[in-house]
Amino acid sequence: MRERLLKVLRKLSESLIAVVIGLLGGAFLMILYGYDPWLAYRALFTGAFGDLSGIFETLAFATPLIMTALTFAVGVRAGLFNIGAEGQMYLGAMGAVMIGGALSLPPGIHLVAATLFGMLLGALWSLPVSALKIYRGVHEVVSTIMLNWVAFWLVMYLITYHFAEPGRAERAVPAQETARYQIIGASLTTVIFVVIGFALLTYFIIWRTTAGYELRLVGYNPEAAQYAGISSVKATYLSFFIGGLAAGLAGASQVLGRPPSWTVYATMGNLLNLGFEGIGVSLIGRNHPIGIIFAAIFYGGLVHGGRFMEFEVGVASELVRAINGIIIIALSIPEIISLIGRIVRRRRE
Amino acid sequence: MARILRRLVWLGLGVVALAVVSILLQPYGLRPVKLIETGLLAMTPLALAAVGECINERAGMINIGIEGIFLLTAVIGVYWAEVFGAGIYGILVGGVFGAMLGALLGVLGTYGKADQIIAGMGLNVMALGLVQYLLMAIWAFPGIHIFPRELVLPRISIPTPGGLLRISPITIVAIAATVLAHLLLYRTLLGLRIRAAGEKPEAVDVAGINVNHLRIMTSALGGFMAGLGGAFMPLAWFGGLVKEITAGRGFIALAAVVFSGLDPTLALAASFIFGFAEGLAFTIVVTPGVKEAIPFHFVQMTPYILTIIILALFLTGKRFPKALGKPYVRE
Repeated sequence: MRERLLKVLRKLSESLIAVVIGLLGGAFLMILYGYDPWLAYRALFTGAFGDLSGIFETLAFATPLIMTALTFAVGVRAGLFNIGAEGQMYLGAMGAVMIGGALSLPPGIHLVAATLFGMLLGALWSLPVSALKIYRGVHEVVSTIMLNWVAFWLVMYLITYHFAEPGRAERAVPAQETARYQIIGASLTTVIFVVIGFALLTYFIIWRTTAGYELRLVGYNPEAAQYAGISSVKATYLSFFIGGLAAGLAGASQVLGRPPSWTVYATMGNLLNLGFEGIGVSLIGRNHPIGIIFAAIFYGGLVHGGRFMEFEVGVASELVRAINGIIIIALSIPEIISLIGRIVRRRRE
Repeated sequence: MARILRRLVWLGLGVVALAVVSILLQPYGLRPVKLIETGLLAMTPLALAAVGECINERAGMINIGIEGIFLLTAVIGVYWAEVFGAGIYGILVGGVFGAMLGALLGVLGTYGKADQIIAGMGLNVMALGLVQYLLMAIWAFPGIHIFPRELVLPRISIPTPGGLLRISPITIVAIAATVLAHLLLYRTLLGLRIRAAGEKPEAVDVAGINVNHLRIMTSALGGFMAGLGGAFMPLAWFGGLVKEITAGRGFIALAAVVFSGLDPTLALAASFIFGFAEGLAFTIVVTPGVKEAIPFHFVQMTPYILTIIILALFLTGKRFPKALGKPYVRE
C-alpha cells in the first residue's frame, strides 16, 4: 500500500515538474517578445479558476479533452502510439450532426442515438488503422495522421454540401432541442457526466477484466504476451476501438453538449486540434483514466484562461498549446526527477 | 543487379503512369509541364526531410517531429528573409534553426534517454501553437502573413517541348543531397559508422567512437535538411505563410522514409510520387471543367489516401535497424 502511494506521488511530482517546465518555457517565450509573463499568467489563472462561471467554462473545455486523451492512453497501454483522435473526433462530431441535427426523433431516444452514432463513427474510422497495422505492418503514426487529414476534408465536404444550415453558410445544422444535453452553467452541460462515466468504464475494462489485462500485457511485454498465447491482434483491435469510441464521444460532445454553437462550424474551428491536445493531457495524467480527468481540468483551465491572457495582456492564446508541447517534451524524458536531482547534486559539489 | 533492374522497371512504370495521366487530362486544359513543375516543387521539402531522416534512422534515431520543424522553420525562415532582404538567407537560417531543433531532439534521445516518439510529437504539438503565437508576436496578424514578392526565390527556366519548365534551385539541391547521402552511407567510413550505430551500437562504441555524439550529429543533419524544406515552402513555393502551411507534409516525408526502407534514392522517388500526387491535386483544383465536376475536398484527400495505399502495398519485406529508437547504454 505504502509502495503504491509512493509510486503515485512520484508520478504526480514528475507531472508537476513537467508542468512547471512548460510554464517556464511559456514565460521565456513571452519575455522574448516583450510581454509580461507575470501579468499574463495571473490573467490566465484568475480567468480559469477565479470564479464559478470560470470553473464551469474550464470544465467545458476539459470535457472533450478527457476523451481524446483517453484515446491516446488506451493506445499507450497496448503499446500503440495512437494519434488518430483528431480525425476520429471529427467523424464523431459529424455523426452527431447527422442524427442530432438533420433527423427528428422523439426526445430521450434522440440524444442517446446521436451520441452513440457519433461514437460509432469515431470507432469505425479507427478500424482501417488497426487493419493496416495488423495485416500490412503500417505504423499507426503515419496511418492515423493520413486518416486525420482524410477525415478533415471528408467532414468539410459533408458540412459544406450536405449538412449546411440553410441560409447560414458558416455552420452545419445545429443539434435540435431534443438532442441537446442540459446546461449546468456557462457552456458546461451534463455531457461531462457521460464523459466521466465513459472514462471510469474504460478504467474498469482495462484494469478489471481479462481482455483489459491481456491488452496491457501486450503493451507492457509483447514477448511474454505471445508466450502466454495472448493474441496481439485482439488487443490492437480493442485498443483502437475503445480509443475510437472515446474520440467519437469527444466530437459528439462538441455538437450535442456545447453551447452556444451546438454544431460544427464550416471552418471546423471549434474542433481543430482537440485530438492533438489530448496527447499532452494523457501524458500529464500519466495515461491513466483518473489522472487524465484531473489533467484535462488543468489543461482546460489553460485553454479557457488563455483567452483572458489574450484579452488582457495581448499574448496570443495559442501560446498555451506551445506550453502543452513543452510539457510533452519534458515528460518524454524518463526519471526526470532523478535527472534533475543529479544535476543539482553536481552543482553542489 | 536484379535490384537495380527491378527499380528501373518500377521507374519505367511510373513514367508511363505519369504520361497516361497527363494525356488523359490534356483535353481539360491541363498542361503536363505545369503538372511536373508543381510536382517537383511539392517533392522538394519531402525529399530534403526524407533523405535527412533516412541517415538519422540509419544511426538508430527516429525524428517524428519533422512536421514541427517544417512549421517552425517556415515562420523563422520568412522572418529572417525579411530581415536580410533575400529569400535565400531565410532558407539558410531555416536550415540552421532546423539543425538546432534536430540537435535538441538528438540530445534528448541519447543523453536524456527520452522516448523519441513522444519527444518528437511534443515538438509537433508545440509547433502547432507556437506558429500562431509567433505570427501574432512578430507581425501582429492572426494565422496568415504575406511577405513582399521579391523575397520569393527565383526559379530556373528550362526549355522543354511542352513549354518552359521552371524549377527551383533548391530542387536541384535536394536531388544533389540525395546523391551525396547515398555516397555518404554506402561509400564512406562515416557512413559505415552511422549504419553500425543503428545495427550494433556496441561495436561502434568498442571501436572508440562516441555513439551518442554520432547520433546527435545525424539528428542535427536531419533537422538541417528538414529546416531547409520548411523554409522552402513559403520562400520558394507558396510565396506566403499560413498557420497550416505544412498540412501534414512532415508525416508524408516520414511515410516516404518508411517506404524507402531507409534508402535515400528510394526516398527521393517516393517523395516524387507523393509530390506528384499533390501537384496533381493542386492543378486539378484550379483547372476549369474539372473543378466543377469534382469537389475540391476530394482532390485534397488524394495525397493522403495515396500515401496509405502505397504504404499498404509496398511495405512488406523492409528491414529496419535493430537499435532503431533505442538509447544506447554501455553495459
